[in-house]
Amino acid sequence: MINLSINNQRVSVQQGTTVLDAARRLNINIPTLCNHPDLCVAGNCRVCVVEQTGARTLIAACAMPAAEGMDIHTNTLKVRNARKHIVELLLSEHRSDCTKCYKNQKCELQALANEFAFGDTIFLDLVEDHPYTIDRSSPSFIKDDSKCIHCQRCVRTCTELQHISAIAVANKGMLQKISSFHDRPMSHVVCTNCGQCVNRCPTGALVEKTYIDQVWDAIYDKEKHVIVQTAPAVRVALGEDLGYDPGERVTGKMVTALRQLGFDSILDTDFTADLTIMEEGTELLTRLRKALVDGDKKIAFPMFTSCSPGWIKFIEHKYPEFLHNLSTCKSPQQMFGALAKTFYAQKMKLDPSKVVSVSIMPCTAKKYEADRPEMRASGYKDIDYVLTTRELAVMIKQAGIDFRNLESAKYDSIMGDSTGAGVIFGATGGVMEAALRTAYEIVTGKEVPFTNLNITPVRGMEGVKEATIKIEGCTKDWKFLEGAELKVAIAHGLVNANKIMKEVRKGKSPYHFIEIMACPGGCLGGGGQPIPTSMEIRKKRMKAIYSEDEHMVLRKSHENPDVIAIYKEFLGKPNSHVAHELLHTHYVERESY
Amino acid sequence: MEKRGLNKVDLIFEKVDSKEVLTKAYKMKSDEIIQQVLDSGLKGRGGAGFPTGLKWKYTAAVKEPEKYIVCNADEGEPGTFKDREILDKVAYKVYGGMVIAGKAIGAKHGIVYLRGEYRFLLPQLMKELESFHKMIDGIGYDFKINYCLGSGAYICGEESALFESVEGGRGEPRNKPPYPTTSGVFGKPTSINNVETLVTAMMIIRHGPESYSQLGTKDSRGSKVFSISGDTPTPGIFELELGMSVQEFVNEFGDGDTKAVQVGGASGFCVPRKKFAYTVIGFEGVPTGGSMKLFNSSRSMYNVLHNYLDFFAEESCGQCTPCRVGCQQLVKGVEKVKKGEVKSTYLNELLKLADTMKVASKCGLGQSVGNAFRTIVENFREEIIY
Repeated sequence: MINLSINNQRVSVQQGTTVLDAARRLNINIPTLCNHPDLCVAGNCRVCVVEQTGARTLIAACAMPAAEGMDIHTNTLKVRNARKHIVELLLSEHRSDCTKCYKNQKCELQALANEFAFGDTIFLDLVEDHPYTIDRSSPSFIKDDSKCIHCQRCVRTCTELQHISAIAVANKGMLQKISSFHDRPMSHVVCTNCGQCVNRCPTGALVEKTYIDQVWDAIYDKEKHVIVQTAPAVRVALGEDLGYDPGERVTGKMVTALRQLGFDSILDTDFTADLTIMEEGTELLTRLRKALVDGDKKIAFPMFTSCSPGWIKFIEHKYPEFLHNLSTCKSPQQMFGALAKTFYAQKMKLDPSKVVSVSIMPCTAKKYEADRPEMRASGYKDIDYVLTTRELAVMIKQAGIDFRNLESAKYDSIMGDSTGAGVIFGATGGVMEAALRTAYEIVTGKEVPFTNLNITPVRGMEGVKEATIKIEGCTKDWKFLEGAELKVAIAHGLVNANKIMKEVRKGKSPYHFIEIMACPGGCLGGGGQPIPTSMEIRKKRMKAIYSEDEHMVLRKSHENPDVIAIYKEFLGKPNSHVAHELLHTHYVERESY
Repeated sequence: MEKRGLNKVDLIFEKVDSKEVLTKAYKMKSDEIIQQVLDSGLKGRGGAGFPTGLKWKYTAAVKEPEKYIVCNADEGEPGTFKDREILDKVAYKVYGGMVIAGKAIGAKHGIVYLRGEYRFLLPQLMKELESFHKMIDGIGYDFKINYCLGSGAYICGEESALFESVEGGRGEPRNKPPYPTTSGVFGKPTSINNVETLVTAMMIIRHGPESYSQLGTKDSRGSKVFSISGDTPTPGIFELELGMSVQEFVNEFGDGDTKAVQVGGASGFCVPRKKFAYTVIGFEGVPTGGSMKLFNSSRSMYNVLHNYLDFFAEESCGQCTPCRVGCQQLVKGVEKVKKGEVKSTYLNELLKLADTMKVASKCGLGQSVGNAFRTIVENFREEIIY
């Protein structure tokens, strides 16, 4: 243990603990900005400087390991002067149009300014000295260089968590900036639109592209029937933006709020998550049959899940030779979109041209996905607008809804029923678990051999997880799988996806089925989720998701009554012709730079 | 105060039989080499002045099979051109110093990080390196030197930014600790030394630490190569014993009208005429990596200052706030003062900013911007304002 003193209080910490963390142990708050619990230490904003007795300079608390006998002071005159200067310097290069900014009152720089830099500044405004661009080319987010404070959180996120490096530091000195490859627009570089950078940007330099006003317009348009769907991970995180602690489930209140906002049909993406399992599970089993029974050499293994649009864009750019391995299933959002303007419109006797389909997603890549040209199976744009969890919270606040005191309500019928299997799509490993619950039962007629249906090996926050399921007691149709060991793997965060893909490329991957989610923790850690997100918060959301699953009566996708009904009335059977037209898609190879 | 007067020395460019020196070093124990360098009192010649023997001792103490000697030849300080001359004239002594340092710390790899603008020297340097490698192989050394070229960024002379650059990354300084002695280039224990330091170390092994430490003062042992430029009838490279006063220096190199000497380049200190007599050139007074710029009364110190600040605003890596934004504020601030758009007392605010940059910047670049700023503003305030 290492003993040091901070503000004359003694503390003992483990070797390797930073001065910042040691101070936190004593409940001494040292302000930070470039520091983020998900990312490596940068030590570049210098907001966290503190005084170490005997040291020539101040030290950055986030980057300095505690050392024996250190005597640290966090609030001396020298520290205060430096800190005030630093915050004011950041403000001098930041276009402070705070009242109009999307991040107003959610901005970490603004919070620091409130504490350290109110009143007149001595510094000169530098914003207009630099030519800046506001890049609106991505359908998912806006990159506004004039609000960038060069903390490099986005750069570290894109490199460390996602292995993409769509954005990087360019130039030096006064010209230094966060740039894309060759300064191209974000829509024209290798970017998965995952929004992890947006989630970590402390200011308004990276924000999602918002469609709140368009959705309001649709709601107020009497001609339009506005359908809304909510993704599994939204219900366990929305509360964070509305005053709840992380990990609170607010499903019922959210449904009531959506109704009060004026949406005409409040439906659940969980329904199409269950439908995805039917389609994707059947696809997996069909691939296995074709490969093992028919000896079809064209069948590619491992099969990859296709729910995460960030992951899809990643593989299209980086590993296009494996596009055949992707499940052809659309994501639940897009399955829902295709059905909303066909099946649902028919059932409800709606003119599909008057239906506006809105989805609430934990994701910014979904905005991009909805814009893909393939996503028009209904004859219309299947999903008109995608809002993030954060945008929904904004709408709820705009409408003056007292969220905490809302009664709970249930989703509307037809496409509103779901099972626990659909819910767990929101967590890494969830699609795999849901698929196994159903596929195993199709093949053997029995439930998966795990206590209470909880397939624990595929759960948790480990970057790459794997499991082997031995298939025993197959029914007549599936005898060819008797005794087979189904090997599966799960990765979340594209840096982990890349690890798996490297093995696949080398031909060293032993798996049959791999679930990949672009974001750390799966959708619950999506780029559109409330800010901040950290490992601690993701774990709480994950706990909430599994608790939601446990509380459901139905926990297997094939038992969803709405799913059973839609096959009976509309789709026929999984992977049918209609299903293929509406629920399946294809992928395109994209350039790798 | 101990003073030595102005004495020319010929150590760095002295022709030596490097085989003889390296054979001598080969027979010495690592500890002996380190002890001799420690005894000589040699401090790093790049400007920061860290005792070379200590650096080697710390690096030698780390138990790790893979270690590196890096020769910092990214000579970028405005007004410094001595390393270029050393590499041009006596590169074999630079290599010799690296081999000796390698023996001292237990490294088999040497990297010369050469300033991009010195690329024209490379063919000749490589040729010399080839025959040098043969020569040391003959003695029995297991040591190889490689070249790595910079691309023109001043910041890459900062040791950890240099490592990043060698590794293929952006030249941005790292957080310290860990220090290079434990985790330097490729994360391995590294001793990074200036070109001149390595040559001096080799000469210490040749002549012995006693004779070397007779030169200079208690705080500044030995001699140093100076790059002399500006308003002087005799610009060029001169090796001088440390410990002379600025006055003695000006008497020798000035044009009779010297009003200020900028010691140590843009990151160094400005000494005005009234302080010439009692300011010693060395670590006890004004330290320098070799850059000596003389200004006569025809020069505007505002222009001098503006030039330095512009340089820093451009050459900051842009990573940390105090340096990136601070430099821009200083440039814009002195411009506004000069134009009369802000009150002259605004300079006091800028001096406070320079203090913040000194204590809060991540690396030596930002920390030393205030040196020139403070010494020029304090001594030539009227020239900045009017």
